[in-house]
Amino acid sequence: MNWGSATEFFAMGGHALYVWGSYGVTAVLIIAEIVWVKSKQQQTRQRLARMAQARAAKVVPDEDKA
Amino acid sequence: MSTETTKEFSWYHFASPRTFYPLAGKMIPWFAGVAVICGLIGLYIGFFVAPTDYQQGESYRIMFIHVAAAWMSMFIYVIMAIYATIYLAMNVRLADMMAGALAPTGAIFTFVALWTGALWGKPTWGTWWVWDARLTSELLLLFLYLGYLSLRGAIDDPNRAAKASALLALVGVVNVPIIYFSVKWWNTLHQGASISMTKAPTMAATMLTALILMTIAFWMYTIAVVLMRVRSDILTRERDATWVLEEIGGGK
Repeated sequence: MNWGSATEFFAMGGHALYVWGSYGVTAVLIIAEIVWVKSKQQQTRQRLARMAQARAAKVVPDEDKA
Repeated sequence: MSTETTKEFSWYHFASPRTFYPLAGKMIPWFAGVAVICGLIGLYIGFFVAPTDYQQGESYRIMFIHVAAAWMSMFIYVIMAIYATIYLAMNVRLADMMAGALAPTGAIFTFVALWTGALWGKPTWGTWWVWDARLTSELLLLFLYLGYLSLRGAIDDPNRAAKASALLALVGVVNVPIIYFSVKWWNTLHQGASISMTKAPTMAATMLTALILMTIAFWMYTIAVVLMRVRSDILTRERDATWVLEEIGGGK
């Protein structure tokens, strides 16, 4: 084990800013990418469902006339 | 007729968006799971098992994400260029969609490599940035990813966007060996390769284990997130197909 205490762990031998700055930004970017991709997925599904509904609403009366 | 269908079952079968969409959906949790497990074990070994570096102290622990991200930034670009080639040679639409879905993740890993490199350079070299061959060519890689993405975004017609961006991906791929060999070809401030095919690694076994686990984690993460992204693109591009209408209708 490298660390005597939690404080020692977070201090990273005086390099806390560099080590946690690296890991922190990497973690934030990965989480942001997952959130971004998931919300895009949801938006795409909703948008396409709306488009399909709009088209169905237009097509059905036409078929009734014919 | 049945023999004909069996013969057609091959790569083209999986290259059909309709086949690929549900397959990708089933694979995502597995890749994500491996990524999380490898990432957690890698972080544990990297912080609690790997010893303090006698020269650099604790700042060397940045390596586990810096080197892994830098490898991914180059690897993703090469895969992107391969998909671009497949698209140009065989006109497989899915190959273009995969190339397009890889680019944002590649750009993120390139940024991570540059960012963690700056934070590692400051305590180690005394500077955040130098215009040496390794750093400059990695920065160029970031611009190639961003250029690729803005080119795709700027062209409305999907076929023209696919062709133009595939060409850009192919031209840019020459930068990858330049990044990789820059530390050999030029006198750079950046240190040489820590791991090579021909020499034994210059680091402790536990450090190497942590680095490899983090690389696998990033790699599996990339596959999972790229498959998620490409699934949205497939739905958008195939929106008029019956199976997509069934998928968005029934998948709620």
